[in-house]
Amino acid sequence: MLASMAATAPLFIQRASEAMGLPLGSMLTSLAGVPQDHVLVVVQLAGGNDGLNTVVPYGSADYYRKRPQLAIKAPGKGNDAALTLPGMDGIGLHPAFSGFRELYDDGVGCVVQGIGYPNPNRSHFSSMDIWHTADTSGRDNGWLGRYFDNTCSGTPEPAAGIALGNTAPLAMQGAKSLPVSFESPDLYRWMGEDFGEDVASAYKSIPGKQEAGTDDNLAFLKRTALDAQMSSNQVRKAVSVSPLTSWNGGDLATQLQTVAALIRAGMTTRVYYVTLGGFDTHANQAGSHQRLLRQVGDSLLSFQKELKAQGNDQRVLTMVFSEFGRRVGENGSGGTDHGTAAPMYLVGPMVNPGVLGTHPNMSNLDDGDLKYTADFRQVYAAVLKNWMGADADTILRKRWNPAPVLKA
Amino acid sequence: MPRALSPLAERDFGYWEAAHLLNRAGFGGTPTQILTLSNMGLKKAVDYLLEWERVDDPLSDGGEFRADIMQPISRDSRERRERARRDEDEKTLEQYRAARQERQRIDRRQMRSIQSWWLERLIETPRPLHEKLTLFWHGHFATGYRSVEDSWHMMLQNDMLRRNAGGNLKNDLVHNIIRDPAMIKYLNNNQNTRSAPNENLARELMELFTLGEGNGYTEDDIKGGARALTGMGYRDDAFAFNQRNHDSSAKRIFGRQGQFDGADFVELIFQRPSAAWFVPWKMHRFFVDDSTEISSDTKAAVNRMASTLKRNNWNVRPMLKELFRSKHFYDPSNRRSIIKSPVQLTVQAIRSLDTPVRSITRVNQACGLMGQELFFPPSVKGWEGGRKWINTSTLFIRNNLLVYLMTGRDPGAKAWQGSPGGWDATPLVAHLRGLNGRDEAKDIVTYLARFTLGDAPTDDRLDEWTTLAKSRGHIDNETLVHLLSLMTACPEYQLC
Repeated sequence: MLASMAATAPLFIQRASEAMGLPLGSMLTSLAGVPQDHVLVVVQLAGGNDGLNTVVPYGSADYYRKRPQLAIKAPGKGNDAALTLPGMDGIGLHPAFSGFRELYDDGVGCVVQGIGYPNPNRSHFSSMDIWHTADTSGRDNGWLGRYFDNTCSGTPEPAAGIALGNTAPLAMQGAKSLPVSFESPDLYRWMGEDFGEDVASAYKSIPGKQEAGTDDNLAFLKRTALDAQMSSNQVRKAVSVSPLTSWNGGDLATQLQTVAALIRAGMTTRVYYVTLGGFDTHANQAGSHQRLLRQVGDSLLSFQKELKAQGNDQRVLTMVFSEFGRRVGENGSGGTDHGTAAPMYLVGPMVNPGVLGTHPNMSNLDDGDLKYTADFRQVYAAVLKNWMGADADTILRKRWNPAPVLKA
Repeated sequence: MPRALSPLAERDFGYWEAAHLLNRAGFGGTPTQILTLSNMGLKKAVDYLLEWERVDDPLSDGGEFRADIMQPISRDSRERRERARRDEDEKTLEQYRAARQERQRIDRRQMRSIQSWWLERLIETPRPLHEKLTLFWHGHFATGYRSVEDSWHMMLQNDMLRRNAGGNLKNDLVHNIIRDPAMIKYLNNNQNTRSAPNENLARELMELFTLGEGNGYTEDDIKGGARALTGMGYRDDAFAFNQRNHDSSAKRIFGRQGQFDGADFVELIFQRPSAAWFVPWKMHRFFVDDSTEISSDTKAAVNRMASTLKRNNWNVRPMLKELFRSKHFYDPSNRRSIIKSPVQLTVQAIRSLDTPVRSITRVNQACGLMGQELFFPPSVKGWEGGRKWINTSTLFIRNNLLVYLMTGRDPGAKAWQGSPGGWDATPLVAHLRGLNGRDEAKDIVTYLARFTLGDAPTDDRLDEWTTLAKSRGHIDNETLVHLLSLMTACPEYQLC
């Protein structure tokens, strides 16, 4: 078996790099275990973030007419007015999103406007699934799951993808791969360790004798049990080290702090996925949205500062998305309902800084919803192709023109 | 050469064979239950499980759920909404939207209640094979709530699958599933019309439900089948045929020409050779060997299952009877070889160890975290099963679930709350206490290891556990729980 693997491995490398037009060397460095790997951090704002109050079109009269209560004031009109975006006229940021504004000023932040897809699906689950599967019928595996299926040949790496949170996102689920997911590092372990020293000690022999050369279900389970113990120790050791910088930002910050610690500890994980919930602001949006954006902006800023202090910022691309935007008009409960197009945000020295794309037309709506100006799969294509060095066309099941979100 | 699936001799059916039968044709059991089954002998044991109508079923039929949550709004209401749209009356439209969202929220809550109801049923049923088959069909005719968004329709489907779980594959299951409101919605057959055919149901019916991908059908057959299925929709929570939408012209399917309708399409499908083979193959994966590879033993077994199924005009029980009585089923290579699904792990742990359920909501959540949320299959392909269930984090969840069931210690809880509580494991080993000339600790450890893992591991782990037990002095409940936690954390425990 080993001999045949040696025969096929060089062929795989050569043909793959020919297909991508990359020099042979760069393909070798993206093999598992080599620290120069690019990392993708996906931040999901769960529930449908209100894009219009995040990236504020203060130059639009329609915006103020349709949102008499909720609209963010134009810059200069008080404490809770929108922040300006240098170089942009009529487009600003929610004042609580100042953390992101700082990243923008540092040239490492990018806003991609008007992201959506054709025939928007306002069903509660389906629209979430569409972003996770990159398929408008929402019926496929996760797009990142397909990335793992497609990229990791041979024995899949135990922790190629890590999702924080108590539900493994569909985005990370592939045909062959399941993300490693845990709510917090402390839960990524066997609870029986707490029963006492003697039990914790006996636990170490649980995986049993590993038999080389067998590949039945028991051998597979034994290998996984051993991997589980090792990676659990690895993760907990990584997060026991104090961060290099100080952090602001609440629950999202805690998750990103964990991610930063794992990156720093040299985990060979390629994709991290974190989620912040609460964006489904059907009622009384003003206060809650402000608090959420404060968390998001501050966490992203802290995360980037930490990565920079570690010397890892060049390797890590952060992509922020939400499953849909919200309707243009406010509803009668001080909130907004499920909508369609909304911006995405990317962070890192490798992004094309600034505000990209076209803001959706505020007066030409689709039954009260924004019409999208760019398909989200173009952003996925850019990330897969140009950052992860993966076969975007196969993974997305179609050729999408990559959005110019990364520096050439 | 012995015929494939030739029967096991009665004298070869003992305790461990009964345990294997109960694990696979059910969700395991306590030592007493296994002993009872083994005392029946092979034939009577299989009959007892298979002819479940003879067993009293005191469990509720789920009729207390609401049918009205997602029912369409009245015609008057619809007309008022249309008028509001024309007049661009945002205020009224917003009321409709808010009302719909509220109904959807309530319906999602009911869906979770139905999940809990079914889990409880799986845990308590006196008819384990009946529920296990219902679970099989639930995964086979996979239908996802995420797209159906109607918990009552999901309940109706579950009910239909349960009623027909041991019935006729063609007449009771496939003919019914194409008339099932949840399935029709899930695969868009309500949008499959003469003027605008939708191929979803036709395709999955062949690819996933009856023949298997690429097994004896072409794209043209899908097109013809889709046209045959036009007009099959639902209204008022039941199947409704819409003549106007139906394409009654001639179609060409499998080389035959005719004005086929949906029922005709099913009949044509079952004339294909692969129709006899596909469901038996899936059942063999579910009950015997979860490998996706087809070994020569598997091939012979499935071929035999297929011929028995066909010979019995698509009634599944004779095929299952032959399978559960066969030497092949009890072959050592087929014992403790299937990776337990999350539901199997959970239900088997509770039934065999007789632990409390603690919180059915938490248990339901745990199944979701392990990758199997009832009524939410990841896709129309259902749950892949096998090794797909397992990675490092789901392994921890599985192990911690056992700790939770045995102690009530919730992994999500912030602090360790004192010693294990609420479950007494001492009855399990009462018969091993105070026997003259015996090494009690060794007996207890060996017995528990055999019970949880099938065969006591012959490696150092057994010695280690015995040493631990001895060091505790008297083996009290806490020590038993600690030992069982270690054993259920072994990789072997994930197999049944």
